Amino acid sequence: MNRNKRTSRLLASPYIAWALIFIIVPLVMIFFYGLTDETGAFTLENIAAIAQPVHARALWLALALSVISTVICFFLAYPLGMILAKNKLSSQSLIITLFILPMWMNFLLRTLAWMTLMENKGVINGILSFLHLPEMNVINTPGAIVIGMVYNFLPFMILPIYNSLSSIDDNVLNAARDLGADERQTFFKVTLPLTVPGIISGVTMVFIPALTTFAISTMLGGSKILLIGNVIEQEFTLAYDWNLGAGLSIVLMVFIVVNMVISIISDNKGDEG
Amino acid sequence: MSKELIQLNHISKSFDGELILDDLCLTIHENEFVTLLGPSGCGKTTTLRIIGGFEKPDKGQVIFDGMDITYLAPNKRPLNTVFQKYALFTHMDVAENIAFGLKIKNKSREYIEDKIHYALKLVNLDGYEHRMPGSLSGGQQQRVAIARAIVNEPKVLLLDEPLGALDLKLRQDMQYELIRLKNELGITFIYVTHDQEEALTMSDHIVVMNQGYIQQEGSPEDIYNEPENAFVADFIGDSNIIHATMVRDELVNILDTEFVCVDRDFGENKPVDVVIRPEDVELVPRGKGTMPGTVSHVIFKGVHYEMEVQAGGFEWLVHSTRLFDVGSEIDIKVDPFNIQVMNRPESEDEEAMAIDE
Ligand SMILES: Nc1ncnc2c1ncn2[C@@H]1O[C@H](COP(=O)(O)OP(=O)(O)OP(=O)(O)O)[C@@H](O)[C@H]1O
Ligand SMILES: [Mg+2]
Repeated sequence: MNRNKRTSRLLASPYIAWALIFIIVPLVMIFFYGLTDETGAFTLENIAAIAQPVHARALWLALALSVISTVICFFLAYPLGMILAKNKLSSQSLIITLFILPMWMNFLLRTLAWMTLMENKGVINGILSFLHLPEMNVINTPGAIVIGMVYNFLPFMILPIYNSLSSIDDNVLNAARDLGADERQTFFKVTLPLTVPGIISGVTMVFIPALTTFAISTMLGGSKILLIGNVIEQEFTLAYDWNLGAGLSIVLMVFIVVNMVISIISDNKGDEG
Repeated sequence: MSKELIQLNHISKSFDGELILDDLCLTIHENEFVTLLGPSGCGKTTTLRIIGGFEKPDKGQVIFDGMDITYLAPNKRPLNTVFQKYALFTHMDVAENIAFGLKIKNKSREYIEDKIHYALKLVNLDGYEHRMPGSLSGGQQQRVAIARAIVNEPKVLLLDEPLGALDLKLRQDMQYELIRLKNELGITFIYVTHDQEEALTMSDHIVVMNQGYIQQEGSPEDIYNEPENAFVADFIGDSNIIHATMVRDELVNILDTEFVCVDRDFGENKPVDVVIRPEDVELVPRGKGTMPGTVSHVIFKGVHYEMEVQAGGFEWLVHSTRLFDVGSEIDIKVDPFNIQVMNRPESEDEEAMAIDE
């Protein structure tokens, strides 16, 4: 037993080293910069800076847009997951591939494509004017950012939901019907609760990248709309104020950690069952 | 006989162009323990699913208590099912699982509490209310599935190989529990299994199926002692099935030796099949029996010896408590009552069809 433990520790060592170098060290550095000023003295100012109107507004907007995007992703993904899980045919892998295929392309390229689509003189408005319909002004609005987020992160919602839906035994649903439940009751009392773990991991996988993104908002939101991700990015790359950037990152981290904790707790609950 | 409760009228069902049930007719009486017995893939589960409402037949009707329920949704049917792999709700504890059907029917809390208590007692799971299904053994999950079904007081309980996943000892215990349960509840059980011993032990009425046809139905004794065809004889226990010729009434020629039997009305010199159970073949000293043979193989089986005897060019299977050593020169003797004569179908297809009439 002892020997087993030693071998497994030995085997784990590359991963531990990897985790140390690429996760722990950067995290420590973020906390170091975030909790000090230029002179290296301890301060909470960088954290408190979130209260400044510009920063608070950026955080609030980022939270709002990522929540909206997550909700939209959920309502698109769940019915689709149900259709996919129900049709246990070969066409299912085709549809899944269609959803995963875009992920093989670079994320920035795909977002850039939406830019050309939604531009004021872009493809969509071209088609609209050709059809003598009023043109739309989507680019550089929060709406454009939401479209970009939903488009980019939707697969991360579909896959876990599809997985948890397709792992439900048909006879469990039949059992609910057998015991008197109609289709609606079966859905709300059995299907939905059984897919909660899938929903939570989908929500986590959409919400966190949406909350922290700066690429999507930069490309589709123009320079006017600042999300907290943009603010942090600018502090690091333009203002060279690493302390402030790190301080705001810590604030953002709190939201992510809260989300993770919720997902872990409910995951454990699911495991008990 | 008690009242007719369920009738399957000329049910046909195909999947992907393949005929799974062909013009199946079956009547089930009130308070019977009916078993659908047959090899894997013969359509037992499909039949049960049609009764439960999870599958619609392509043709035919399901009549329940005089009412056509062929197209009635499963949640509207006065019957409950115990599924092949339990199908418990893993996100609910045992009590919530059992309460599921009652909550849907908006029963009062006290009523539900009472029922949970009563059902757990009935299946010997007192005190398991708040365990999660995942933490229970197969046998315990099985009993929760049964409890969950019976609290709804169905008129009929459908059980699809409920003991299939259990080990032999637990299986036997559960068989007795199910019989006790059935007697206590006084309801109809429709039970699916491919285990002939289980069917013989538990049933009032056995329906032997093969390839979507009913081969024979009757009491366990009928099925065992008077199989109507070679398939049934072979499927229900060990047997010697031999091509023979009916010489005339009460005389059959088996492997060029004439045996007296009790069957009549097959005609003269008609090709037939005969079934002789291994325990009905008597071995007697040479000269005292009907057909000479030699013991070629002996296995001790606990209760009896299983012997193979070469006689008339056929390898006879014999069960006897009396041992004859390998090489013994003996005679075979069969009591006329123990020779079961059956029509021999001309072809395989006819074999399946002829018996369905
Ligand atoms: N939904 C379905 N789609 C396609 N074929 C099916 C379907 N359900 C059953 N079948 C086919 O119908 C045949 C009978 O199936 P059924 O489940 O009734 O067999 P069974 O007698 O219950 O067998 P077992 O003892 O293995 O459970 C099988 O060949 C099976 O492949
Ligand atoms: Mg089956």
